[in-house]
Amino acid sequence: MNKLAKLFVTFLSALTLTLASISSSFAKVEGDYIVLGAAVSLTGKYSSNGVHTQNGYNLAVERINSMGGVEVGGKKYKFEIIYYDDESNSGRAAQLAERLIKQDGVKYMLGPYSSGLTKAMAPVTEKYKIPMVEANGASRSLFTKGYKYLFAVLAPANLYLDVAIDLAVEKNGGKPVKVAMAFEQDAFSQDVRLGILDAAKRTGSKIIIDDKLPKELNDMASTLAKVKATKPDVLVVSGHTKGALTAVRQIAEMKVDVPMLAMTHCDAAKLSKQHGKDSEYALCASQWHKTLSYKDKFFGGGKKYDKDFTKEFGYAPPYQAAESSAALLVYKDAFERANSFDTTKVRDALAATDMQTFYGNIKFAPGGQNVSKPMVLFQVICNKDGSSCENKVVAPTKWASAKLVHPIPSWSKRK
Amino acid sequence: MDFLIFQAPMLMVQATMDGLILGIIFALVAYGMALQWGVMNIINIAQGELVIMGGYVGYGLYIMGIHPAFGVLIAPIIMYCVGWGLYKLVINKVVDRDLFISILATFGISILAQQLMNFSFGADVVVAKSNFGTLALFDNSVTLPMSKLFSAGVCVISAVILVLYMKKSKLGRAIRATAQNARAAKILGVDTEKVYAATFGINAALCGIAGACVAMTLTLHPYTGLPYTVRSFMIVIIAGLGNLPAVAISGMGLGVFEEWSDYLLGTQFRIAAVFSLLVIILVYRRFQLARKREYLT
Repeated sequence: MNKLAKLFVTFLSALTLTLASISSSFAKVEGDYIVLGAAVSLTGKYSSNGVHTQNGYNLAVERINSMGGVEVGGKKYKFEIIYYDDESNSGRAAQLAERLIKQDGVKYMLGPYSSGLTKAMAPVTEKYKIPMVEANGASRSLFTKGYKYLFAVLAPANLYLDVAIDLAVEKNGGKPVKVAMAFEQDAFSQDVRLGILDAAKRTGSKIIIDDKLPKELNDMASTLAKVKATKPDVLVVSGHTKGALTAVRQIAEMKVDVPMLAMTHCDAAKLSKQHGKDSEYALCASQWHKTLSYKDKFFGGGKKYDKDFTKEFGYAPPYQAAESSAALLVYKDAFERANSFDTTKVRDALAATDMQTFYGNIKFAPGGQNVSKPMVLFQVICNKDGSSCENKVVAPTKWASAKLVHPIPSWSKRK
Repeated sequence: MDFLIFQAPMLMVQATMDGLILGIIFALVAYGMALQWGVMNIINIAQGELVIMGGYVGYGLYIMGIHPAFGVLIAPIIMYCVGWGLYKLVINKVVDRDLFISILATFGISILAQQLMNFSFGADVVVAKSNFGTLALFDNSVTLPMSKLFSAGVCVISAVILVLYMKKSKLGRAIRATAQNARAAKILGVDTEKVYAATFGINAALCGIAGACVAMTLTLHPYTGLPYTVRSFMIVIIAGLGNLPAVAISGMGLGVFEEWSDYLLGTQFRIAAVFSLLVIILVYRRFQLARKREYLT
């Protein structure tokens, strides 16, 4: 190929690229479609939760579209989502946010999975003043930066387990309790820890163990030995799925007797499926549970959502999926109230959201977090031989479907 | 909290036992690393991924309804083949090149292995339950899970077999000869290509055994291989190349040191403590070497 031909090819490809980017820059509303952008983790270490997120989004899109879509300015629109795989990598997530906004012309964003990735994307969406409704970033620091365009349908991380401390105090006859904590050193778990510290201060409880587990650690034997020696009233563990699985395995192996065990990520870790009877009596923080009595017209209630989701995807929805579905309901509501596609107006409508979904009540605080939906605690309860275990909501009392088993029977009496 | 050690002296016994057991498993991984580092002069960044892969073999058996303990027999066989295959595909092209190239190549292998495991087993953290029960000592104040004791036993036996094999068998002698001087070994009729492939295979098999133990005692996740690589690297650095008994001692010593620092300083300092120790040892080594050099000149 001679020089001229090379130059021509380069010119041609540049032209094609420009045309391609021009044609897609009207993508915010294309015909009858409102286009939302999302980067979710389809590969990499968050891929299972990333897929839950995507499934939750998709189920809601399908449901809203089939039930008439979104009405703006007297015209019906449907939702469509452009997905990219962020590879569970926060650098990539930030890049993809740029790409969605700059190249694909997306004007409304959905959140990725995990606090870390949301943290990476929020500055980008904020810079371009693009609203982002996210469902899987609970870290408190997301809501203290003064972001104006970030809205989270879930309760912030510091509220995950403080209910457990209140519950323990209540069971102790209102007297302060001794708390042992083991938290992984990541943003989310450390926020959960701050919540516990607040709760301990409020109730006058004493923290007797405060272990911060290095991220790469998958052994908690030494923390548990300390628990055994100091006999706290509550043991609180947060370290994503790995932390939950490690804690339950080693508590059972080391026969650690503790009256109350509170954790996060039990259902994401498939705790009762993987550990069976060993996981019994663990208390788990959850954003959502199918037995809660919230309702909306798209999914009915939690049980109906559970059924529909299971039918569509072949597994029961973890709360990560439910909250993702709720994000779409929030968008639909906001678009209709704004009655416009102007991002500022949509943003203002989002900020004024006050609604109930099957997932819970949604109302955003000035920082963007959802303040009107409390966390629930469920307890793993198994049948006699441990072949099947169920998660029963035990707190707050308003939604309790079972009575809390407290204290946890000692290992010598179990089995 | 600060005086936990006085409140519960039995904790130190527990810590020592936990550390020893953990150290033994790490030492086996380090054995493999020392072996192939010594023979082929390759630092294998994918060492941890080989461990996790072995773990998934154990987990695979477990979900098929077979007891995961059989993993310690099956995993080394499968992993030997994996190691041999990796050698033929990638490692043989970098074995004579400089260290940097081989680090890059094995780093690539580690990324590929992570993604493949993620693809085939999913990104969930998984465990294989052994249901071995627990050994309780001193009125239940020291508990040793039988699965951990079993793993430690398996690792010790594998290490002993390896040492004997290296001493007595023909291949073992060939491997040692190649490690001492590859060119001379080649001249004397040793098929070094075969020796390298076997060494890499044996290394992978050792990782497989350790991995099967990890599946039963700890947790598995496609992306958690790195700590095993780093730990075994550290053990080898402290022990020195080609010094297999020292690998065992430094492995166990590091395990115990780590658990003790957890009790005395707090969990958040355990890894920091281990790495500080590494720095101290390396600095000490340097001084020692410098002194020796002075005597020589």
